[in-house]
Amino acid sequence: MTKKNIIYRGAEAEICIAKYKGFKAIQKKRIPKSYRIKHIDDRLISRRTKEEAKLITEARQSGVAVPIIYDVDLKNGIITMEYLDGKRIKDVLNDLSEEERDSICKKIGESIARFHNNDIIHGDITTSNMILSNEQVHFIDFGLGEKNNEIEAKGVDLHVLMEAIESTHSRYSSCFEYVLEEYKKVLKDDANLVVKKIQEIVKRGRYR
Amino acid sequence: MICLGIEGTAHSIGVGVVENVSGKCKVLSNMIKIYRPEKGGIHPREAANHHALYIADLLKESVSKAQVDFSEVALISFSKGPGLGPCLRTAATAARALSLSLNRPIIGVNHCVAHLEIGRGTLDDCKDPVLLYTSGANTQVIAFAEGRYRVFGETLDIGIGNCLDKFGRTVGLDFPCGPQIEKLASKGKKYLELPYSIKGMDIAFSGLLTAAEQYYKKNESLEDICYSMQETTFAALTEVTERAMAHTEKDEVLLGGGVASNRRLRDMVQTMAHDRDARFFVPSKDLCIDNGAMIAWLGVLMYNSGIRMKIENSFIDQRFRTDMADVSWRD
Repeated sequence: MTKKNIIYRGAEAEICIAKYKGFKAIQKKRIPKSYRIKHIDDRLISRRTKEEAKLITEARQSGVAVPIIYDVDLKNGIITMEYLDGKRIKDVLNDLSEEERDSICKKIGESIARFHNNDIIHGDITTSNMILSNEQVHFIDFGLGEKNNEIEAKGVDLHVLMEAIESTHSRYSSCFEYVLEEYKKVLKDDANLVVKKIQEIVKRGRYR
Repeated sequence: MICLGIEGTAHSIGVGVVENVSGKCKVLSNMIKIYRPEKGGIHPREAANHHALYIADLLKESVSKAQVDFSEVALISFSKGPGLGPCLRTAATAARALSLSLNRPIIGVNHCVAHLEIGRGTLDDCKDPVLLYTSGANTQVIAFAEGRYRVFGETLDIGIGNCLDKFGRTVGLDFPCGPQIEKLASKGKKYLELPYSIKGMDIAFSGLLTAAEQYYKKNESLEDICYSMQETTFAALTEVTERAMAHTEKDEVLLGGGVASNRRLRDMVQTMAHDRDARFFVPSKDLCIDNGAMIAWLGVLMYNSGIRMKIENSFIDQRFRTDMADVSWRD
């Protein structure tokens, strides 16, 4: 991996273009952080790399669009996966027509319900972590995720998205309503319990 | 323009006098008096009584230290919220009295936004930062986006300062416990595993607090527990700040709030900034903690952008969230 191949530098990882058995691939490498002690750094990098690879695979089995995992290198914190040709939802959402935007939001709600049906918690559902490719919304970056069947975890998961929409797409805050609308249809459990939980989490915050 | 600002959201009553010198903030004086409970945490009414006792003298001292006359003060600004009701009301009452007796306009400002603006106002080259605001009650990652100061990440339960204070009280330290914990932590050697709780760009401390208290009950060394608490909570704070910087694509980071005095937190955030080629800013200590100068400076910005407040509308708002403040002074 050479520096010039880096196409994106996120908060915790670098994304590089690579080849895997002839396929165009990307490599996500979690970078050690010199600000934190080695013990915490090692623990976070290996746990998140492992968890991410596992959850992406399981999400795919739940029928959610995610990149295909080609290889996992736990020691160096590297996941090699399918290259998705597309744009981040964050970058396109504000420029879409109302109709397109609603339809995208419904797709997002459907996908979240699908992985929640399998107790997969994403942990960082923001519009930066969704890629629109071949008219499908692909979910990426499950590094903060976990397996958890509690309503609380599902509520927190959606609350992260709600905040992301409020801060990044404030003009289109109705987006979250569309997400929830489809989420309720697809979720096997009683989605009203999750919605109630979101309201509870909001109130738990300071000055609410 | 010279503005006098009164801060009174929690344990501190502060009076600051600032002058607008071609768009930058010149602090002429900044006097702070801190209420320290004999035991336990802040009692809101006791804190308000403390503020009422000292505000008149503080006003006089602050104006005389600024070497101005009351007649030269063109604007009175106060902390409208968020904070403890009785404390906010005491500061606002003083501001109203002063505004009426001097016949000068009054303006109520958002305390959290003031922490950010004082950095932009007093530090050269600090133009569009992501603010990591860490104090007793507040833990927020704030940045300007789509016309407002928006909260990109915040605590889902208690503030970091509150977490440290609660632990400190359990082990018998005096309020505020942060500086003593910092001292103890510097002697810690062994890292004790603690929960590291990040949800997106939000953060939670209560699980970690419980775990730390259990280590204490199991007679682990206090130095090691303090060291582990600092390393874990500050790493998480630094991580959410970096996430917000990546998300908003900003390359400046600013610290604010009382916990920003902690050397270890400063070092971590500075290292993070350095590693991602971002610039790191921290105001002087008296401008990091709750203070009147930052309230005065935000008053100047608001007033100059055309915002006016009638005295009958100068009420306080205990739950005045950061993203509720109209930001008309920036584009």
